[in-house]
Amino acid sequence: MEFAELIKTPRADNVVLHRPFHLAVEGTLCLTGHHLIFSSRRHDNAEELWLLHSNIDSIDKRFVGSLGTIVIKCKDLRIIQLDIPGMEECLNIASSIEALSTLDSVTLMYPFFYRPMFEVLEDGWSSFLLEQEFELLSSVTNEWRLSCVNKEFSVCPSYPPVVIVPKSIDDDALRKVALFRHGGRFPVLSYYHKKNGMAMLRSSQPLTGTNGRRCKEDEKLVNATLRTGRRGFVIDTRTLTVAQQARAKGGGFEQEVHYPQWRRIHKYIERFNILQESFIKLVEACNDQSHNMDRWLSKLEASNWLTHIKELLTAACLAAQCIDREGASVLVHGSEGTDSTLQVTSLAQIILDPRCRTIRGFEALIVREWLQAGHPFQQRCAQSAYSNSKQKWEAPVFLLFLECVWQIHRQFPCSFEFNEQFLIMLFEHAYASQFGTFLGNNENERAKLKLPQKTMSLWSWVNRPEELSRFQNPLYEANSLVIWPSVAPQSLQLWEGVFLRWNRPSRFLEEAEEERINIIKYNKELQARVNALRRRLAELEAEDEEVQEE
Amino acid sequence: QVEQVKLLDRFSTSNKSLTGTLYLTATHLLFIDSSQRETWILHHHIAAVEKLPLTTSGCPLVIQCKNFRIVHFVVPRERDCHDIYNSLLQLSRTAKYEELYAFSYNPKQNESEQVKGWQLIDLAEEYRRMGVPNDYWQLSDANRDYKICETYPRELYVPRTASKPIIVGSSKFRSKGRFPVLSYYHKNKEAAICRCSQPLSGFSARCLEDEHMLQAISKANPSNRYMYVMDTRPKLNAMANRAAGKGYENEDNYSNIRFQFVGIENIHVMRSSLQKLLEVSGTRGLSVNDFLSGLENSGWLRHIKAVLDAAVFLAKAIAVESASVLVHCSDGWDRTSQVCSLGALLLDSYYRTIKGFMVLIEKDWISFGHKFSDRCCQLDGDPKEISPVFTQFLESVWNLTEQFPQAFEYNEAFLLQIHEHVHSCQFGNFLGNCQKEREELKLKEKTYSLWPFLLAEQKKYQNPLYNPDFSPDLTLLEPNTVSFNFKFWRNMYHQFDRSMHPRQSLLNLIMNTSEQNKQLEEDIKELEAKIKQRNGQSDVVLEKEQEQTAHPAPMALKSPPCFQKEPPPMPVNDAVRTIEGSNTADNRYSELVSEFSKAEPAVVSLEYGVARMTC
Repeated sequence: MEFAELIKTPRADNVVLHRPFHLAVEGTLCLTGHHLIFSSRRHDNAEELWLLHSNIDSIDKRFVGSLGTIVIKCKDLRIIQLDIPGMEECLNIASSIEALSTLDSVTLMYPFFYRPMFEVLEDGWSSFLLEQEFELLSSVTNEWRLSCVNKEFSVCPSYPPVVIVPKSIDDDALRKVALFRHGGRFPVLSYYHKKNGMAMLRSSQPLTGTNGRRCKEDEKLVNATLRTGRRGFVIDTRTLTVAQQARAKGGGFEQEVHYPQWRRIHKYIERFNILQESFIKLVEACNDQSHNMDRWLSKLEASNWLTHIKELLTAACLAAQCIDREGASVLVHGSEGTDSTLQVTSLAQIILDPRCRTIRGFEALIVREWLQAGHPFQQRCAQSAYSNSKQKWEAPVFLLFLECVWQIHRQFPCSFEFNEQFLIMLFEHAYASQFGTFLGNNENERAKLKLPQKTMSLWSWVNRPEELSRFQNPLYEANSLVIWPSVAPQSLQLWEGVFLRWNRPSRFLEEAEEERINIIKYNKELQARVNALRRRLAELEAEDEEVQEE
Repeated sequence: QVEQVKLLDRFSTSNKSLTGTLYLTATHLLFIDSSQRETWILHHHIAAVEKLPLTTSGCPLVIQCKNFRIVHFVVPRERDCHDIYNSLLQLSRTAKYEELYAFSYNPKQNESEQVKGWQLIDLAEEYRRMGVPNDYWQLSDANRDYKICETYPRELYVPRTASKPIIVGSSKFRSKGRFPVLSYYHKNKEAAICRCSQPLSGFSARCLEDEHMLQAISKANPSNRYMYVMDTRPKLNAMANRAAGKGYENEDNYSNIRFQFVGIENIHVMRSSLQKLLEVSGTRGLSVNDFLSGLENSGWLRHIKAVLDAAVFLAKAIAVESASVLVHCSDGWDRTSQVCSLGALLLDSYYRTIKGFMVLIEKDWISFGHKFSDRCCQLDGDPKEISPVFTQFLESVWNLTEQFPQAFEYNEAFLLQIHEHVHSCQFGNFLGNCQKEREELKLKEKTYSLWPFLLAEQKKYQNPLYNPDFSPDLTLLEPNTVSFNFKFWRNMYHQFDRSMHPRQSLLNLIMNTSEQNKQLEEDIKELEAKIKQRNGQSDVVLEKEQEQTAHPAPMALKSPPCFQKEPPPMPVNDAVRTIEGSNTADNRYSELVSEFSKAEPAVVSLEYGVARMTC
């Protein structure tokens, strides 16, 4: 298919661009296969706006006489308005944008066409391999092994080709366990707590069904992670009722009789359309500047967004607490094990593992616990808060995770190597990107699409020193401790950097942030100079002494 | 002194506690726990003491403080508890001013220091800074002996054309004699903020002198002869007041005025609003939705927004239209003080400096007779007079500092410290209800002024991000007052609930770094001098070049030892950084696990959740 067929009017002049808190600008609008480009005509101060079609969540058009107006709402929550003279031009442009922003085929997406303008120093597709992770693990324990049982994606289609499992469990057993778990997602190692040797496993629900089916291999597998005489905890992200109801559909939960060494905790985490609705309501509330205080607070409350944040953080803290404080191994799952499960396991690692609070460590965490673990990014992030499509698989699961990280970041501003911008950048790229990283729903699909060969990895770009410098937190000082956030409602805040980003002038806040960075930088400069001067003085003193000795 | 007293964690549902000894001194209640940590509570800070029903572990005693600290003790023996309860009731309720802490507090200043301290803030100097007296405004001696208005200061500035008979006539037509006087003069716009109380207009009464008075104010502004009259009350309240012979200005009777209601609620509404807010924020195991709906139902943020909206209206009238504004409410000492002072703060960057903020409080709050004693319940009095009007002012300022992080010389700690001392009765500034009363109490001889002490330790209150060039002299600060900008002020209402705070404080870190930078600059000078001594001139040239790239850092004074008894929450030491929150018990999710885990002691492995780490 040629994109040109979809573009009836590739260019329109005398278009006026309106953005909140900016003066309206007149200029030329161009449509290409993947971008909407607006450039102002003023020669002194040329301004360009490049918008990926895939970033467009919804588009509205209306007419006053022959002047058409298009309102474009983006997945990054920005809203812009274009006034286009000429009814035909406007209609053409609107329909082109609509078509180009809702392409069916993944292979038509921009990442397949994007050619990087930078030199690739390190291929991000091979930056974070599970083999490397296993190597690190092997240096502290030999209780685990790398299994290639899923090499052909035949045992579990949503798992990566290699996984880490207890050493005592062989591949045959794994195949049997896979049949006993929803979608074949048998328990695998998510995190190993070096401090006390406890493990966090994740899986999907066991298929016990109504007649209480059991699987000896499954029991053996999870028990292999326990120390003798110690208990483990199963954190089920569903309520007990939901878990019980799941049995009717062939699902279920670990029953005490068959898993006597495990205590089950049901910690409900909201999912799917409820989350999506919550997201939509929150964005609606944030976008309405006319709300009086009561209305704003009640809208904020009605969105339930912060409740979801609190519940998720609580569940993650609970998992971390079981591991670090109770000295117990933990198995986390919900139904499919591709959403709430991953939120809990990844957040627990942020709390427990200092490495996950570094830039590379966090990237590795996202690759390991989200991309390789089979979070269906393409489905979940197909649309954002403005879409009318309301497909049931769309849900801001990853955004919720990022916001929880941000909440912890706010409480421990010096313990993270990355800054808020890094999290916002990840949010943007998960929804629309020139990179292939977040395309596809799992490693199997990515392999079929040949993404590593045909597209550029986000990590190849982010990890270049010049990009990295934008995402570094100048306050960072490695903190080897477990960091326990407060989950009291008074301690949680709306993530203004995402939800109010386009709704208020932010110049003063940005300048203040710059000043903060300057103070830190200046401090480092001064320290370096003091050290240099001290050395110089010591040298001079030594010279003097030598002279005297002579 | 009572031993084996338990101090409970306010928010924990699993009854975690510290055991220690409780002492009562003449001025403070002191709790020392087993690891020798001290909790000091000033008797004057105690708002309420409550004895709860006896439990198996003892007799619970809950103490609520005016600085929003709530402590929950369990005393093993009921007799002791009863004794403490009675003593605290007596000690926290003072009948006479002379019994307040300020009259016994001795900060080891000699007499001349004491006098100088009181002279630190000079309002006559402040009016000169604004540019009055001038061709239009003059100092009136009408109230020199408090004859016209007891609750106003002696020195008042009025339009030159307002003669004594006009002043006297106008004051008779105004509630409590509080006639229109100058609060702030905007040099560049030649416009003024004036303040007064409501007119005694009833349904139809007029007063020619009062009409002349307003005309004099509008004529004193050469750039715009229209003036605004802002009634800060809701219209309904103002109308109801007419039945009592009070009310508001009739636009028909006054020439060239534009009358405007701005709808800030009265002290009673504010008091119950705060009460509701505290009930919500003090709930154990609070859910997000209960918190948000509680916040909404309390109306607290709506009131803060109303106050700030009014201030923005006022400031814009002056800065944009060059119009003078007369502000009043009922008596002109609560809402009027809020709006006038916040308006001036938006207009004049001087009030955004540490010294300027002190001046602002002295002028619009202390001298114009905000009834601090009644509102803060310094003496045992009418509970209906208590109201968090000044707290709201501080909270509005805090909201501005959040929106303009570089516009203010002072930081949040400064606002909190002032709030602390408004209630502490440790210094004389906020005692009494008006200047006349303060003079009668001889506060300047018998007590000390707070301001020199705050200035002496101003290092603690400096905003490290402050940029004096942020807004040149008289440029208007235009805050965004869309609802989502107003946040719950956790550090005010949960100042003492450490588990709710960020575990690493950005402000402290930046303050320390900024402080360290100054030290390093000194070190560099010293080292350079030494090297120069040893080595002649050649090396120094190179160093000079480097110096120019250096970033300029703000000035600060050395601070003497702090006078507050409690240490700052974060130690100021860069070698050892304290990280809190390594104790899950601090957090609300811990309860989930503890129900099935009996071996609880093993959980708390680190001392009080504070792990020390050497960086």
